[in-house]
Amino acid sequence: MIHRECGVLKTTYEADMALYPLPIARWTVAALAVLFFLVIPLTLHEYFLSVANLVWIAVIGALGLNILVGYTGQVSIGHGAFMSVGAYTAANLANRLGAPWPVTLVAGGLMAALVGAVVGIPSLRIKGLYLAIATLAGQLIIEWTINHVTFISGGVQASIEVARPRLGSMVLNTQRDMYYFLLVFVVLAIVGTLNLMRSRIGRAFIAIRDQDIAAEIIGINIFRYKLLAFAISSFYAGVTGVLYTYFLGIANYEQFQIGVSIDYLAMIIIGGLGSVLGSIFGAIFVTLLPIVIRYAMEAFGGVFFEPQTVLNLIPNLRLMMFGTLIIVFLIVEPEGLNRLWRNIRSYFRVWPFAY
Amino acid sequence: MSEDFGFFLLLMSNGILIGLMYSLIALGFVLVYKATDAINFAQGEFVMFAGFVAAGALMVWGVPLWIAVTLALALMIAFGFVLERVMLRKLIGRPVISVVMATIGLAAILRGIGPFVIFSGTKPLPLPIPDEPFTLGPFFLPPIQLLGAGVSLAFLAGFGWFFLKSRKGIAMRAVADNQQVAMAMGIDVERYFGVAWAMTGIVSALGGVLWGNMLGVDVNLALVGFKVFPVVILGGLDSIPGAIIGGLIVGIVENIAAGYVDPHVGGGTKDFAPYVLMILALMIRPYGIFGKRIIERI
Repeated sequence: MIHRECGVLKTTYEADMALYPLPIARWTVAALAVLFFLVIPLTLHEYFLSVANLVWIAVIGALGLNILVGYTGQVSIGHGAFMSVGAYTAANLANRLGAPWPVTLVAGGLMAALVGAVVGIPSLRIKGLYLAIATLAGQLIIEWTINHVTFISGGVQASIEVARPRLGSMVLNTQRDMYYFLLVFVVLAIVGTLNLMRSRIGRAFIAIRDQDIAAEIIGINIFRYKLLAFAISSFYAGVTGVLYTYFLGIANYEQFQIGVSIDYLAMIIIGGLGSVLGSIFGAIFVTLLPIVIRYAMEAFGGVFFEPQTVLNLIPNLRLMMFGTLIIVFLIVEPEGLNRLWRNIRSYFRVWPFAY
Repeated sequence: MSEDFGFFLLLMSNGILIGLMYSLIALGFVLVYKATDAINFAQGEFVMFAGFVAAGALMVWGVPLWIAVTLALALMIAFGFVLERVMLRKLIGRPVISVVMATIGLAAILRGIGPFVIFSGTKPLPLPIPDEPFTLGPFFLPPIQLLGAGVSLAFLAGFGWFFLKSRKGIAMRAVADNQQVAMAMGIDVERYFGVAWAMTGIVSALGGVLWGNMLGVDVNLALVGFKVFPVVILGGLDSIPGAIIGGLIVGIVENIAAGYVDPHVGGGTKDFAPYVLMILALMIRPYGIFGKRIIERI
């Protein structure tokens, strides 16, 4: 029951596509479930749970972006804006119509999917660099629209307060409640992505990424599938935006500016393009990086600098580390943390025997 | 002449001057794309960083202006060469997203390193030119913008001569046209990649000094870079005259839009209008007015 394979020994497509390639995978998933559903939320302090919540939100967004960039090969620098579309849709629905969270969540996701598909339309004519610039334009135009149309942004400072989500009569007030709330969506997003990529749609996405002309020749409707990739990816982004809004208790366009789009791109590049596990690793890494830097600087920064300058240096240090990491990963390990993890695993798989 | 028409002329003249200053920055982008097919998402940060060096030298270390400008130029040229050697050469042949993300990472580093090493907060970058704008009939011409437009046109002429007449320029055109054939003709392609980045460094250094004088030097100076994309898409990514024409179009459009639309929507049209124009251009003519028609269709 706990054995592992020592190489690729699959003889059928069913075995290759299985969600649990080996019995041990079930045990791993069960152990992780216990860890994340019981051990972590019941032992950690509220502050660490709030950090974990940020990670969960980032995981969903990174998975969505990876569907588009990693699996379908279409660049998007507009995901921050798609999140804001979801966030403001949800905030407006919740405040004006008193809609509960299941409604706002789905509506926010669908609205973002719609906007994302519209921004993705140029991807039919242009690709690569031009698409990157077109989505950048989408980001800036959506930002401007939300900021300037008071019907959407609610006027003052373009921010709308949102009540905490409720489950029946229970209000999800504490970080621990939010942790469980978010974790459910993380599980849904992971399983959803894994299954999407095993389906006809996922295979079409990968075919478009690998060689779009060949994909068209074997009968994949590129127009449909590219838009679908934008829509699905933006749906994830919209849901991320809604969840983040519920987490913060406020919808604010400043939380979804271009820097956020870049953060999410960094997550999937550092984590690994075209891999679910990589999206998770990248989301954890990029979310924790500024927090770790702040702790490190508060602990050791005083040795080198005045206490006052330390506070000023932290955001700059974060930017420098962030940029350096992106470049180092791109040059040294383009397949990201996921590849490092696989290397470590395959080393220990047959350890201590070299072959 | 009615007052409305005077207002229109004023907007036009402002648009032309500011547009030429955009062209200066866009030139840096075009030079690199033309020679190396790399996309520089850090162009605004190049300008900002050059501004930081110049302002830091002038205001923090107190050296004379000409040394500060020379220092910025020298540093940016060296930076261009080093960058090509350590980062971009390793990314040759990778997908577009790799270069895009690498330059975005570079942008983050430059944004951090300026305030980290040189100074934090905002510093002015005074140049020995008058502050008072010249008034000429309906026109209202700030001297710094005249200087910027002049530098921009001088660079256009300079690069025009360089690419058409000089030996190095012809070699660079060959590299841009077809790297393998250029290599076969005995041109050191990698060296010219470095030269292209160094030329971007020169343009960015002067852009940094001029824009730094106009806006003051801080991290927000890098936001100028966002104007580069509409300019180069409109003009064509690999065309030097295109950078000038694109700059003029963007400058004029944003000023006219700001002048006539801003009062109705409460500001911000300046940053918005060029991007709408750019989306239209991408839909209709993605390779720009002067660009090479090699856009890949499916």
